Amino acid sequence: MIAAYRPGTSIVHRLPAGAKIVGLAMAGTFLFFVANVASLVVCLLAVLALYPLAGLSLRDALATLRPLFVILVILVLAHAWLNGWEVASGSGLRLAALVLFAGIVTLTSSASAMMGAIETGLSPLGRLGVDVEKISLALSLALRFIPMIAAVGAEVREAQRARGLDTSLVALAVPLIVRTLKMGEEIADAIDARGFGTTRKDGPDRST
Amino acid sequence: MTTRDIVYIALFAAFTAALAVFPPLVLPVIGVPITAQSMGAMIAGSVLGAKRGGAALALFVALVAAGLPLLPGGRGGMAVIAGPGGGFILSWILAAYVTGLICERLWSNLNWLKAFAASVTGGIVVLYVFGVAWISMVTGLSYFEAAASSLGFIPGDLIKAGIAATVAVTVRKSYPLIEAPRRA
Amino acid sequence: MIRFSGVSHRFGEREVLTPFSLELAERRIAVIGANGSGKSTFARLINGLLMPSAGQVWVDDLDTKSNGKAVRGLVGFVFQNPDNQIVYPVVEEDIAFGLKNLKVEKGEIAGRVAASLARFGLSHLAKEQAHRLSGGEKQMLAIAGVTITQPRYIVFDEPTTLLDLRNKRLVARTIDRLDETAIVITHDLDLIADFDRVLVFEEGRIDFDGAPRDAIARYLELMA
Repeated sequence: MIAAYRPGTSIVHRLPAGAKIVGLAMAGTFLFFVANVASLVVCLLAVLALYPLAGLSLRDALATLRPLFVILVILVLAHAWLNGWEVASGSGLRLAALVLFAGIVTLTSSASAMMGAIETGLSPLGRLGVDVEKISLALSLALRFIPMIAAVGAEVREAQRARGLDTSLVALAVPLIVRTLKMGEEIADAIDARGFGTTRKDGPDRST
Repeated sequence: MTTRDIVYIALFAAFTAALAVFPPLVLPVIGVPITAQSMGAMIAGSVLGAKRGGAALALFVALVAAGLPLLPGGRGGMAVIAGPGGGFILSWILAAYVTGLICERLWSNLNWLKAFAASVTGGIVVLYVFGVAWISMVTGLSYFEAAASSLGFIPGDLIKAGIAATVAVTVRKSYPLIEAPRRA
Repeated sequence: MIRFSGVSHRFGEREVLTPFSLELAERRIAVIGANGSGKSTFARLINGLLMPSAGQVWVDDLDTKSNGKAVRGLVGFVFQNPDNQIVYPVVEEDIAFGLKNLKVEKGEIAGRVAASLARFGLSHLAKEQAHRLSGGEKQMLAIAGVTITQPRYIVFDEPTTLLDLRNKRLVARTIDRLDETAIVITHDLDLIADFDRVLVFEEGRIDFDGAPRDAIARYLELMA
C-alpha cells in the first residue's frame, strides 16, 4: 500500500502533522470569508508558493488538482451561467486553493504521523471515558486487515468465477463478510490471549 | 466495547476499503466514478448496527484522511476530503449509523424490504442531505443547484441499497450480530 | 501445574466436554482426537478464553474464573492460522504488542523484541509487512509474539495444520526447543512422537491418557 506521502526534510515536512491539520482547518475557514477575486488569487498564489517551500514542484500541485479538474470546470461554468463570472472565478479559485493546501498536508506527512496526530487529537477524550488504547488498536488492526481482506476477496472471486458468479456483488460480498466475521472471532480471542484489555466476561460463546 | 467489537469495526473499515477494488457498477454517469465503495456504509450499518457500523466508517475515513490511497483509483488524503465530494465521504459515518439504527429497531423481523428502507434512509437520504450541503458550502452553489448536480448518482445508489439489503439479510441468517433492542 | 477439577463445558444445548478431572505437570503434552471431539474447547479452557460451564480450571493455583488476567500472563496461546493472530501490520510492531499490553517501558521493549526476532530467525524481516511473510514465517512470528511475554505454558492449537512439510518440521523443532511447557492440540502424529504425555479425546471425553506410542495406536483404532 503506497500513500501519497513524499518523504523529505523541508520545513513543511518537519512541522508536526497535528499542526498541519489544524492549519488546514483554519485556512479552510479563512477562505470562506474571502469574497474578493483579487484576494483569492493572492491566496491561491500563497498556497502554490508552499509547494517549492516543501521541496515539491508545481507538477505535484497539478497532480493534486487533476482528479478535480473536470469538476472544477463544470463548477465554474455552472456558476458563470447561474451567477456570473465573478462568482464563478471566485469559487473556482477558493476550491483550488483549499484542495492544494490539503494536498500539501498529505504530501508532507507520513500516514503513521497522521495517525499519530489523530490519536493525540483524540487523547483528551480519554478523560471523557473514550478508550484511546482501543482506538489505537482499531487503527492498527484496520491496516493489518486491508491486505488480508483483499486476499480473501481475491480467493472468493476466484471461487465464484469458477461458478460464473464473479460479477455478482452479492455472491462476492456475502462469503467475504461471513469468512471475515468468522476470522474476527479468532482474532479477538488472539488479542485477548495476548493480554489486551481486561478479562472477558463469562458468557455463551459461538466458537467451538 | 469488547475486543470482538473492536475487531469487527476494524474488519468493516478494511472491508469498505476493499470495496474500492470490487468490480464497479456499470452506469452511464459522468465525472465521479461509481464504485461499490459507498455500499460500505450501508453494509457496515446493517450488519454491525449503529454504533459499531458508524465507528467502522469513522475509522475508514480517518485512514483516508491520513493519506492512505483507499478510495477508488487509489485516491486518499486531505485534498479529497476538502474537495466537493468530501462531504459524502464524511457523511458515510452518519449514513452507517442511521442505517444501523433502523436495522436495530427492525431486527427481530428484518426482511429485504426493511433492510432496503434502512439503507435508503441512511445511505441515501441522510447521505445526500449532508453531502449536498458540503458541495454547496465548498463550491458556493446554492443548495438546489448542488443537489441537481448530484441527482444523477441516485439510481446507482438505489441499486447499491438493494445489493446491501440482500447482503444484510443473507449475513443475518448465518451471522446475526445485532441483538434485538431490549426495550422495544 | 494445570489442574481441571470436575470440569465440563456446553454450548447451549450441546455438551462439548463431559465432566472430567485432570492434572498436567509434564513439559510436553499433546492432545489428539477427531474434529469436534472437544480438543479446541479444552485448549481454550486452559487460558481462560472459555470458562467451564461447571467445575474449575487452575493454573499454578490460580482459578481461571477469578484470576483471568494473571492466567493470561501465565498461558500463551498460538492459533492454527497465524493470520488470525498477527495484530499489527509490521513484524516488529506485532511482536511488541504483548509487551505494550503489559505496559513495559519502550527501551526495554526494543531490546526484547530484537532478542525475540533473533531467537526465531526473523531479524531480517523486522520491518517487513506481516502479510508478505510466508506461512512458516508467519507461524514463527506468531510464536515470537506469544513467547515475548515469557509465559510459563504455551497452548498450541493445531500449529502445523496449514503448513507444508518443511515448515511443519521447522515448527516442530521450535516447539522442541522451547523452555516453556507446551500443550499441543494437533492431528500431526509426527510432531508428538517424543512427547511426555498424550491425551486422546473422543466425543467430549478423554478416551486415553498415556505415552505417545500407545496413544497413537488408540487414536488410529478410533479413526478406523
